[in-house]
Amino acid sequence: MRFDSPAGQNPIDQMKVVGRPHDRIDGPGKTTGTAPYAYERHDVVANQAYGHILGAGIAKGRIRSMDLRAARAASGVIAILTHENAGRLDKGRMNVARLLGGPEVEHYHQAIALVVAESFEQARAASQLIRVEYDRAAGQFDLHAARRAGVPPAQEDKRVGDFDRGFAEAAVRLDETYATPDESHAMMEPHATIAAWQGDRLTVWLSNQMIAWTAGDLAKTLRIPKENVRLISPFIGGGFGAKLFLRADTLLAVLGARLAGRPVKVALQRPLIANNTTHRAATIQRIRLGATRDGRLTAIGHESWSGNLEGGDPEDAVQQTTLLYAAAHRLTGTRLARLDLPEGNAMRAPGETPGLMALEIAMDEMAEKLGLDPVQFRILNDTQTDPGNAQRRFSQRQLVECLRVGAERFGWNRRQARPGQQRDGRWMVGMGMSVGFRNNLLMKSAARVRLDGRGVVTIESDMTDIGTGSYTIMAQTAAEMMGVGMDRVTVRLGDSSLPVSAGSGGQWGANNATAGVYAACVKLREAVARRAGLDPAEAVFADGMVRAGNTSRPLAELAGAEGLVGEDAIEYGDIAERVQQSTFAGHFVEVGVDMATAETRVRRMLAVCAAGRILNPKSARSQVIGAMTMGVGGALMEELAVDTRHGFFVNHDLAGYEVPVHADIPHQDVVFLDEVDPTSSPMKAKGVGELGLCGVGAAVANAIYNATGVRVRDYPITLDKLLARMPEVA
Amino acid sequence: MRPFTYERAASPAEAAAAAARNPEARFIAGGTNLLDLMKLRIEAPAHLIDVNHLGLDRIEETPEGGLRIGAMVRNTDLAAHAKVRRDYAVLTRALVAGASGQLRNKATTAGNLLQRTRCPYFYDTDMACNKRSPGAGCAAIGGFTRHHAVLGTSDACIATHPSDMAVALRVLDASVETVKADGTTRSIPMADFHRLPGDTPHVETALEQGELITAVTLPPPAGGVQLYRKVRDRASYAFALVSVAAIVQRDGSGRVALGGVAHKPWRLEAAEAELKRGAKPASDSLLAGARPTPHNEFKLRLAERAIASVLAEGRN
Repeated sequence: MRFDSPAGQNPIDQMKVVGRPHDRIDGPGKTTGTAPYAYERHDVVANQAYGHILGAGIAKGRIRSMDLRAARAASGVIAILTHENAGRLDKGRMNVARLLGGPEVEHYHQAIALVVAESFEQARAASQLIRVEYDRAAGQFDLHAARRAGVPPAQEDKRVGDFDRGFAEAAVRLDETYATPDESHAMMEPHATIAAWQGDRLTVWLSNQMIAWTAGDLAKTLRIPKENVRLISPFIGGGFGAKLFLRADTLLAVLGARLAGRPVKVALQRPLIANNTTHRAATIQRIRLGATRDGRLTAIGHESWSGNLEGGDPEDAVQQTTLLYAAAHRLTGTRLARLDLPEGNAMRAPGETPGLMALEIAMDEMAEKLGLDPVQFRILNDTQTDPGNAQRRFSQRQLVECLRVGAERFGWNRRQARPGQQRDGRWMVGMGMSVGFRNNLLMKSAARVRLDGRGVVTIESDMTDIGTGSYTIMAQTAAEMMGVGMDRVTVRLGDSSLPVSAGSGGQWGANNATAGVYAACVKLREAVARRAGLDPAEAVFADGMVRAGNTSRPLAELAGAEGLVGEDAIEYGDIAERVQQSTFAGHFVEVGVDMATAETRVRRMLAVCAAGRILNPKSARSQVIGAMTMGVGGALMEELAVDTRHGFFVNHDLAGYEVPVHADIPHQDVVFLDEVDPTSSPMKAKGVGELGLCGVGAAVANAIYNATGVRVRDYPITLDKLLARMPEVA
Repeated sequence: MRPFTYERAASPAEAAAAAARNPEARFIAGGTNLLDLMKLRIEAPAHLIDVNHLGLDRIEETPEGGLRIGAMVRNTDLAAHAKVRRDYAVLTRALVAGASGQLRNKATTAGNLLQRTRCPYFYDTDMACNKRSPGAGCAAIGGFTRHHAVLGTSDACIATHPSDMAVALRVLDASVETVKADGTTRSIPMADFHRLPGDTPHVETALEQGELITAVTLPPPAGGVQLYRKVRDRASYAFALVSVAAIVQRDGSGRVALGGVAHKPWRLEAAEAELKRGAKPASDSLLAGARPTPHNEFKLRLAERAIASVLAEGRN
């Protein structure tokens, strides 16, 4: 199905099933332990051996020697994989560093060996006996030092109007620099794989967000046909972008299985994850804002510095700045330093997350300079068109409504404009807000829908559910389209033998994958109608029946013993170029800051979101509150600490890399504004899973400023950055 | 993890004797720290002596009016004990500020005292560490040291002791009772139990090879207002940046010990003599001679402010 003009009325608009807060259909499986994760697939293939990965102990250089003798002699060891016996390997399109290092080492904890043994404990014990000698090479590990030395633009700057003149002539100016640290996805389930070869055919059970990408990159790396590779990933314990790509657990399990001659399972050990896998790269951002005295922005400049390995991309922290606020003169650009730290890549809302953490503090600072309320300042600078192209409108833009509703609900009018004025016992209390913004991305997505003789509809797609609710919203879509109850729908996901979906990433999964189901259901409805001798255009599907005129037939009967099948993909024309599709939020946060210790604790949070049709308010709310929690982590505690001498992330386990715990998150509210966006797909939906994170960090930062009068521009806002400027303790 | 043999000791003295015979033996109690370290091969004992079943899990009143806490009393049970809550509130407060409910259910009194540092360089076997490998050097010094010690450090080690409980025991003037391999017993004051790193940071306590902790004794209740303030980056389940254990008396006198700042709970009786003059003179004395790094210099200001806040709370 080609989608290149706004959707008209369609069966989804009935909203009998779609838009309802249906419980997760995979929930009982998850809560009873019967929805197995990759490492738990003990029953899928016999004779599984265990692999344990050895990560490189240096950041850059070469392996001089590896002494495997003790490891080989250890009990239970079956095989040891290294670059010397791995065979000739290519590299995946999506990979920057090689997943099996050696003799060259490209980053700390790059995998350099896999020990395969009869038990996990034996594999681990043996891997600890491998002695590696290295020739270390000098590397660049310090983004701040690299920036001082000069970093070229990653691509040409985007300019609108004349920024330099516009900024120079502005009556009120702000020019500040902000920093965000490297961050780790820290999802609960580590990367894990079971790999089994049958001749030249390979089956892989894994935890992965993008099945088709990963199947392609695995085949390319192994230099075998993609058809020979089957990936199965029905349940995933969180990803946040860490599982978008082929990673070392999968490649090494596959190579280990080939070497050992039997199936091998591998989970990436937690202490390796921070340095072995991808992470959100640190940024340094310079923001310049110019405004008229009455608060209209005239110039917006946003430059971002980040680093990556050779061949890696910049963290695009400026992308929202091209679209978010009106101003005639604009400059945005990214600068990319070559660093020898592990690969920077997508983590939940890449770009906007660090970008808004900086931009929305700058907006708070500018509002204060102008003597304007931060909400009013943003409303004043709203735009309904692309600031770079006045002809191009936003498909929907309810940012102002998000802010107004949010301010009302949160009690924003009780905020003291002057910071440091409100006390509650030993706590200094403050409120902050920010704008959330994230684009809606359109991606081709296919599905197959079967109808059987019992009237059961089965959806088949390689779509993944990383804890988001894909199973449930896809089932709701099919139930709505086919006029059956949710109990009549089953969903099979995460299998590369099934039609290729959009996958899970970039908050594109919900809208595109359900639109793919919609397209397949249109085909199935046609097949059903034809079999009933009805005009598909006239046919109404409801209550397990198809009806037109005086004719009414049960779906089960029409499907018969052989069943009926519909398969199609949603494909998009240039609609996303003609109108700008984005999602919007207003984030409001209240914090308390301990007067003595400067510990910040969030007291309450609110997000008001406008993101098209909300397919399931319950799972959408879960996405948003989870994202808000992640935003609190980014604001207050998350930081991969770089050792710039040795070139690695030091705090590489969950004791050292702190993320919020329950006690950090006392109260969260989420409001979804009524919205349908006919330009996004027949579902008229957009993503929310990343929107919920975008801007949260700055709202926390602004609340801390309001509480204390201390402005911190360097995340995370830990107490040491506040302490020196806190009031005297009585 | 290195393969190991295992035995259940029959009595505390026999456990001590067995450990003295085998320099590669370790006692195992709750295992909440030792097993993690064994999995990473930071600890690699050849033999484990299980001391969980020796009747060391009781809390009894002493003839002097104090408490004798068996070495195997779980942190949860100790924190919940009625007399501890009433008369040694700083201990309950410190215990419940540590770890998680699940860990406290398993962790023991003796094991808590013997837990190793959480220095990330200690945990990364590709980094040099004088604790893991005496003489190897210290990768932490000059590295990421936000959590490290500011007092009592040496050029060999800047690690902290991570326990909350130990800080409360120090301020309560507790003693550690032990049995040695030859069956003799002794009592070690908390002040002398943990050592500063010096040139031998791998030697963390006053215990001799094989010496087994059998109990921790508390003297009669000290009275006063007993507070424990743990300062950390998140609200729960995090190690202290700085913690303050305090007993504040009506007359303004009291005791103060710090956690998160040194290789042992940090208390100076001389500093307490300043308390009646105010928080600032006392903390100045307590923090004198500090050697912070650029990453952890904030701990001095933080400790000073936390002490002031706790004393103010105690006097209210």
